[in-house]
Amino acid sequence: MIEAIAELVADHPLFRGLPADVAELVAGCARNEAFATDELLIAEGAPAEKFHLLRRGRVALEIRKPGSGQLVVETLGPDELLGLSWLFGSKRWHTDARALEPVGTVAVDAECLLRKAEADPVFGYALMKRVAPVMLSRLQATRLRLLDLYGHGADNS
Amino acid sequence: MAPTTADGAVATADGRADGTSLWPLPYRVAWRRRETADVVTVALEPVGAAAAPYRAGQFHMLTAFGVGEVAISVSGTPGTPGPIEHTIRDVGAVSHALGHAPVGALLGLRGPFGTDWGVDDLADRDVLVIAGGIGLAPLRGAIHQLSQRRGTGSLTVLVGARDPDQLVFTADMEQWRARGATVLCTVDAAAPGWRGEVGIVTTLLTRLALAPERTVALLCGPEVMMRFAAADLVDLGLHPDRIRVSLERNMQCGAGICGHCQLGPLLLCRDGPVLPYGGTVAALLGQQER
Repeated sequence: MIEAIAELVADHPLFRGLPADVAELVAGCARNEAFATDELLIAEGAPAEKFHLLRRGRVALEIRKPGSGQLVVETLGPDELLGLSWLFGSKRWHTDARALEPVGTVAVDAECLLRKAEADPVFGYALMKRVAPVMLSRLQATRLRLLDLYGHGADNS
Repeated sequence: MAPTTADGAVATADGRADGTSLWPLPYRVAWRRRETADVVTVALEPVGAAAAPYRAGQFHMLTAFGVGEVAISVSGTPGTPGPIEHTIRDVGAVSHALGHAPVGALLGLRGPFGTDWGVDDLADRDVLVIAGGIGLAPLRGAIHQLSQRRGTGSLTVLVGARDPDQLVFTADMEQWRARGATVLCTVDAAAPGWRGEVGIVTTLLTRLALAPERTVALLCGPEVMMRFAAADLVDLGLHPDRIRVSLERNMQCGAGICGHCQLGPLLLCRDGPVLPYGGTVAALLGQQER
């Protein structure tokens, strides 16, 4: 079972190219999960106890917007990482994540993985080097959206 | 009063009646179609002499008489019989007047001006189109042409907009898909129920399997979007000279005379709007209009 999950972990871009024993280390904290359309993978305010390596299907990140209900602020798809709040801070989710279609993930127990990272700093550093670029790219994307790219004054014709 | 040629057509300042000089040709609004809350496509047909044929990516100077003149890219497909389509966003007095001109109203048209997307050179290339907001309008004709070409290259169209209601030409997108193109849309934010993507348009690049050595990219939209998209494409291995961007400044004369559209060494009404990203453009992209 762990071997099969290790293959899925090793095949995911977040861990691709790392030594096989690293994939097995992660797989020891992981399991397959499946979600139906419209099912929540994570819920705003709930403890961020695990993250998901998306394998199939698309997920919408939703935030409650005062006065106007839910707002979808990002979508994620296969080969992407769902969930960053498990790493730092309050370790509570800041958004909902809803399946837009049937979704399959490798769900990784965050506490289990962080314990292994603390015990093995080489692994911990490798893990950080893989997660940090995802955080950076999402931060940059958020900054770009602050510009309101397509608002008035951005006309090109 | 505009001078006229021997056959009575309105002539340009130097006596030509092709509309490429400083006198507008009279055109009438044949039909108009609302695309979004503030975007309208206006189709114009000549009253007398017609302007010279345009190529995809070029622009016309359109006049709302008594209000002013503004550069508007052609959103129609070159070679298509019938009125010329322009898609106009209501951002000021002139564009408001043009976009609200009723069917039958008389407008002025000069042009076509500027460089084009060079669609004829792309028969066997994979073509990646990245458009933001109303930036899809100047690309629409090129996409129509590319989706019907007989070459071996693929066609991928990435479209970004502020929200689903701001997406233009959604019916065309279905047509492009039906012809084999990959068309992906993303918006900055959406209400639940939107089944497309949410995120900036450059994030869609991660979903593609590009072959950089055989790909040409056509970019049009807000400059900051083009700047980041072009930089990402270079990171993915595209040569900067195979990335074409459409730039705009304050186009006024359309003929490279007045200098209002100067960007560094370029006069964008003459040297642009479509330019290769390589060379000086990469450095100039993002400079503020003065």
